[in-house]
Amino acid sequence: MTDTPIDRMARATPRIVARRVRGLSDRAIAWLFVAPTIFLLLAINIFPLIWTVRLSFTNYAANRPGREVEWVGLRNYERILTSEGIWANMQTTAHFLIWTITLQVLIGFTLAWLINRKFKGNDLLTTLIVLPMMLSPAVVGNFWTFLYQPQIGLFNYMIELVTGTPASSFSMLGPGGLAKWSIIIVDTWMWTPFVMLICLAGLRSIPDYIYEAAEVDRASKWRQFWTITVPMVLPFLMLAVLFRGIENFKMFDMVVLLTGGGPGNETLLASIDLKREAFEKWRTGYSSAYAIILFVTVFGLASVYVKALNKVKQR
Amino acid sequence: MKVRLLTATAVGALLSAGVASAQSNELTLCWAAWDPANALVELSKDFEAQSGIKMKFEFVPWPNFADRMLNELNSGGQLCDLLIGDSQWIGGGAENGHYIKLNDFFAAESISMDDFAPATVYAYSTWPKGEPNYYALPAMGDANGWFYRKDWFERDDIRAAFLEATGRELGEPQTQKELLEIAQFFQGREIDGQTVYGASIFTERGSEGITMGATGALYAWGFKYENTPGQYDMEGAVNSPEAVEALEFYKELYKTGTPPGYDNAYMEQSLDAFKSGQVAMAMNWFAFFPGLAADPTVGGDKIDFFVNPAQNQPASTLGGQGISVVSYSDNVEGALQYVKWFAQPDVQQKWWSMGGYSCHVSVLNDPGFKDSAPFAADFLAAMDNVYDFWQEPAYASLLLAMQDRLHNYVVADQGTAQEALDGLIADWTEVFEDEGKL
Repeated sequence: MTDTPIDRMARATPRIVARRVRGLSDRAIAWLFVAPTIFLLLAINIFPLIWTVRLSFTNYAANRPGREVEWVGLRNYERILTSEGIWANMQTTAHFLIWTITLQVLIGFTLAWLINRKFKGNDLLTTLIVLPMMLSPAVVGNFWTFLYQPQIGLFNYMIELVTGTPASSFSMLGPGGLAKWSIIIVDTWMWTPFVMLICLAGLRSIPDYIYEAAEVDRASKWRQFWTITVPMVLPFLMLAVLFRGIENFKMFDMVVLLTGGGPGNETLLASIDLKREAFEKWRTGYSSAYAIILFVTVFGLASVYVKALNKVKQR
Repeated sequence: MKVRLLTATAVGALLSAGVASAQSNELTLCWAAWDPANALVELSKDFEAQSGIKMKFEFVPWPNFADRMLNELNSGGQLCDLLIGDSQWIGGGAENGHYIKLNDFFAAESISMDDFAPATVYAYSTWPKGEPNYYALPAMGDANGWFYRKDWFERDDIRAAFLEATGRELGEPQTQKELLEIAQFFQGREIDGQTVYGASIFTERGSEGITMGATGALYAWGFKYENTPGQYDMEGAVNSPEAVEALEFYKELYKTGTPPGYDNAYMEQSLDAFKSGQVAMAMNWFAFFPGLAADPTVGGDKIDFFVNPAQNQPASTLGGQGISVVSYSDNVEGALQYVKWFAQPDVQQKWWSMGGYSCHVSVLNDPGFKDSAPFAADFLAAMDNVYDFWQEPAYASLLLAMQDRLHNYVVADQGTAQEALDGLIADWTEVFEDEGKL
């Protein structure tokens, strides 16, 4: 008699259960194994989603249990889509997304390209570069608030040192139009290493013999870069853009700690606004419609993007 | 087997009895995490000794206090037996059934609301406003006041410079415009080799900060929420010429009299700015004044206090809270026992002596009260003319709308004061329409 873990499990199975299972097909057993996951998925994701859709057509407020819930049809959607404030928040979110992704891709790819070369201290430098992404967003938000402090902050001090502009004459997180850029700087500082790591994986997956063949054909370094490196790293880059896009669309913690959405509504991202509507103003029906609109936006954009990614991978 | 079963059942029963007994002998009091809360912990030791009930405390920092506690109430949570909640929560607490109505209990225990200052009863206890339906006992009187560097104000060189610059003597400001003048005088001035600034004021955006700060000016100019109380007719009241002028004033104070970087500042930042010697004056709640007076660096002879200066009328923004019994508590009896104990005049006297602001008339009308602390007389003056924000069940929506409008205008420099207040009326109208009140 063998004594593998499977044998031991079989021996430990009560006879009554074993007899029942023996009668099941492979397909039924497969369903049996995935059923708990499907059940959890339905209970935790699908049901709340359907419930949210239903609530989005009502004036329900979760903090007013006694109030009669009215069916308001498309009124919540109409109010959201015609609200200047919400369009402004969407623009702020788009500004944040486009700039963080652009900067992270450019800097991340450059760093990966440089790190990919063999030199002394390469490993140590890589470790140092990836440190920011290991920190909690709450910690990052807090200490950048200090760095940006006009009177004692290191960031303002450095700007004064380099440009001669007095440190206390401008506020990175205050009025003056710099706050939008401040949050982009912090997110880029924190998440560029992530993009760098993905690009590095892409660069290291390119076989050396392709470059050797290009050398034999006397292709210049510039041509090798554009015809070998970029196309082969592109699927990795697109994956990084997808991850960062989804993450930054729902960005909340770091920006709340840095600016709280201010000054005014200058850095009020859609996710922060949604949280305020849902859990501070308690407009549950309205915020459900808001959430559905955001969900459809992300889902639509992500679907189109994934199709493009698959096309690039198949090339 | 039977013996084992019996033993297990007996142990189980004993354990459950123990848990139930522990629950009835414990009370959790929820409040904000600040100086008076620490005083209340000390004060409550007397209650523990007398009643045998163990007190537990859940204190939440101010910026998260409303979020945390309102979520707790809205979810029917049993964390708090007693809640010292903000005055603006009383409408929601009463209408949504979070707070127990205390009228019968007060009548049975001979607790009279006449024993408490009328302004505090109106603000902290009643819903609908002014009606004799009590959902809290006034626990902590408070208002927004000011403190300043008395040692700087008394220096001859500074006084001479101020006289030369303004043509008048440097002293506690009697009007809002004098306050601005003093703040601008100190702004960027060198004192003992350090650059100092005029005043630290509330500009915080996330919770209630800028509203609590700016209303100090708005009320002093005569700002009203409605033309007729209870009618929600805001046009001409919220955006009156006086209100516009007051808001323009607050913006000027922020732009020309506050330290750089204080664009999202509330209680903590105001205290930091003052304690670090950056500012000549600062606004904050009276609740912090005992701690400031005793501060080893800037307290004692270096500090003095003044009530929010008048402009068209004397007015201060109301702070403070009442203590309510949470309806979801599993120890309502114990909670009521605490309220009864807390309402006693001798307990109220001790509360004041430990740093809490009693609202009991026996304390406030005591001939020695005004001299009992350097800020006591200012506190009385402030409480005579306090104004509060909406206390409607939808107060959070109303407050956040005002936060947005004020921060956009004052800090982010967008639009005019008139546009900010007109926009505020539109926001509030939408809220009241949703509430079915318009």
